Amino acid sequence: MTESEQRAAPSETDKRAYWKSAKRLTIGLLIVWFTVSYGAGILFRDALDAVSIGGAPLGFWFAQNGSIYVFLILIVIYCIRMTQLETKHGIRG
Amino acid sequence: MDQTFWTYFFVILTFGVYIGIAIWSRAGSTEEFYVAGHDVPPAINGMATAADWMSAASFLSMAGLIAFMGYGGSVYLMGWTGGYVLLALLLAPFLREFGKFTVPDFVGDRYYSKVARVIAVVCALFVSFTYIAGQMKGVGVAFSGFLGVDFNVGILIGMAIVFVYAVLGGMKGITYTQVAQYVVLIFAYTVPAIFMSLAITGNMVPQLGFISNAVGTDVSMLEKLNTVVTDLGFREYTSTDKTTFDVFCITAALMFGTAGLPHVIIRFFTVKSARAARKSAGWALLFIAALYTVAPAVGAFARFNFIDTVNEATYITDAEDYDARAAQIIADGGKPVPAWYKDWEATGLLKYEDLNGDGIMQYRGPDAPDGLANEVDPNRDIFVLANPQIAQLPNWVIGLVVAGGLAAALSTAAGLLMVISSAVSHDLLKRTFTPDMSEKQEMRAARMAAAAAVIMAGLLGIFATSLPFVAQVVAFAFGLAAASLFPVIFLGIFWKRMNKEGAISAMLTGLVTTFAYIYYFKFGGGVAENWLFGVSPEGIGFLFMWVAAAIGVVVSLLTSAPPQHIQTLVEDIRIPGARRGTLQD
Repeated sequence: MTESEQRAAPSETDKRAYWKSAKRLTIGLLIVWFTVSYGAGILFRDALDAVSIGGAPLGFWFAQNGSIYVFLILIVIYCIRMTQLETKHGIRG
Repeated sequence: MDQTFWTYFFVILTFGVYIGIAIWSRAGSTEEFYVAGHDVPPAINGMATAADWMSAASFLSMAGLIAFMGYGGSVYLMGWTGGYVLLALLLAPFLREFGKFTVPDFVGDRYYSKVARVIAVVCALFVSFTYIAGQMKGVGVAFSGFLGVDFNVGILIGMAIVFVYAVLGGMKGITYTQVAQYVVLIFAYTVPAIFMSLAITGNMVPQLGFISNAVGTDVSMLEKLNTVVTDLGFREYTSTDKTTFDVFCITAALMFGTAGLPHVIIRFFTVKSARAARKSAGWALLFIAALYTVAPAVGAFARFNFIDTVNEATYITDAEDYDARAAQIIADGGKPVPAWYKDWEATGLLKYEDLNGDGIMQYRGPDAPDGLANEVDPNRDIFVLANPQIAQLPNWVIGLVVAGGLAAALSTAAGLLMVISSAVSHDLLKRTFTPDMSEKQEMRAARMAAAAAVIMAGLLGIFATSLPFVAQVVAFAFGLAAASLFPVIFLGIFWKRMNKEGAISAMLTGLVTTFAYIYYFKFGGGVAENWLFGVSPEGIGFLFMWVAAAIGVVVSLLTSAPPQHIQTLVEDIRIPGARRGTLQD
């Protein structure tokens, strides 16, 4: 078997482990996603507004600017981690 | 060089570029027509997705809406960006791994059912037509406000341009025109924002200006804005009149709707692999964030400038000579109504009614401390287009912004046309009713469907004059996408047990409930007191999404499990590469 054929067929164990880790990663990132937008920007906004970033109340800033930066970081982390998981489990990606 | 020259200059230049690209990249096969041959690089697709995604609503309406809604405008900012996290993590890579052409394609195959496919087509068409009417209106506003062209003629010109590159180029042509359109629109959005940020906060980066002090003071820009608006009797800028739960639901409906929008999803079919789809979603959000993080600053600056230039200005009627009268008012120590105001007044999008007969324009909120009534009523849709004039920026900036607004509207319209044409030619004809048509016939059908869709979209834009603000019309499309499409796509990937019966009942539930609710409360005379749990029509898609998903799950559990080959399909799309080589049809 050549190396590429081996890589083309990851074992069932690998596939299961990959999917399990992928789900765990996804849930973790979605918790952060929820926290910065619905949490910081909406539900706990009033409490956060007591603090200010530059001249903006923090909760308001999260709702209008901050959450967007965090969303972007979340997708970047997802891409990096998923590629690592694929390499680890011999999945082509 | 005057403003008209620059406007024509940029509009004609950019239109020429779009058509040139369309001719250069016209599609030769159905694969190129539907998915640009599956080989668009992630960053390029991200840029195209950003243009596809950012519509006339994002470009023209959003900052204006934020300017008047203040904190309430956050629903658009978070809703229309947070959806990309859902797309990247939950949908895009798996749908790409599935490897077909359209959203109904996935629904039809995953749920082994022509009925499910046809219902998905209905959902996709519904969402796309609602959305495209808004784009055409945006084109009409840009043309009528600047080029002295009639609103309807403006729409016809827009239709003609989209016709050329969508019908000729298909997805391949659209992809590369969207890249060009992104460059035009982001430049057009950022340049005036930088000028305004410098003038108001002294910081040239709008995102930083947003959190800086107002120029020449040690009070923050937002605090000063709060003072200015409350002095006129408005709510504080950083507050909202919506309930927290309503804000929550609207934001969520926009996020889940974003992830379920067919014209966004199909962009991820154009890249090479699941990994490329993930990366592409990241690029898309980066390019989108370039506009969305600037928009709240533009909104706040626009509110400042509007109050500064219009409130307490002395009105000049059309019968008077503007220049002479304005000079006289200034000589008397007064403030004449600005020239931009008179320009826009002609479009009917700004109204002034001299209630107290003093000839001065009082702009007031509902609780004005001086007890005066409001006399000025601006339409929110004009602010982005009028901003450069309001801030007295050079004429070329104004021309650039008009070209940017058109780029935003046309790029989104083109993406929507692709959904409509592929839903008809691929899902209805090829995959449902006339499976033995040749590739050539399918291409011709796709082009004809695109052409018919352009015409229908234009007519919608012309005749749907009663539709409210562009951004709010578009909000409907999100509710429908969130409630009808998102649950079946998500469950189709993450829950193997979801079957045909469950999918059909979920889609129908989401579509019917959301449509009925929105229709009743927006057009059928419903009043806000009767909103379900106090949720406005814009946010209801989020609640009905859960109802649809719950019904889908219950019905699935009561009926038989999907066949083995479908369960294998679901397992395979979760593992990148597993389906490669097994794709036969």
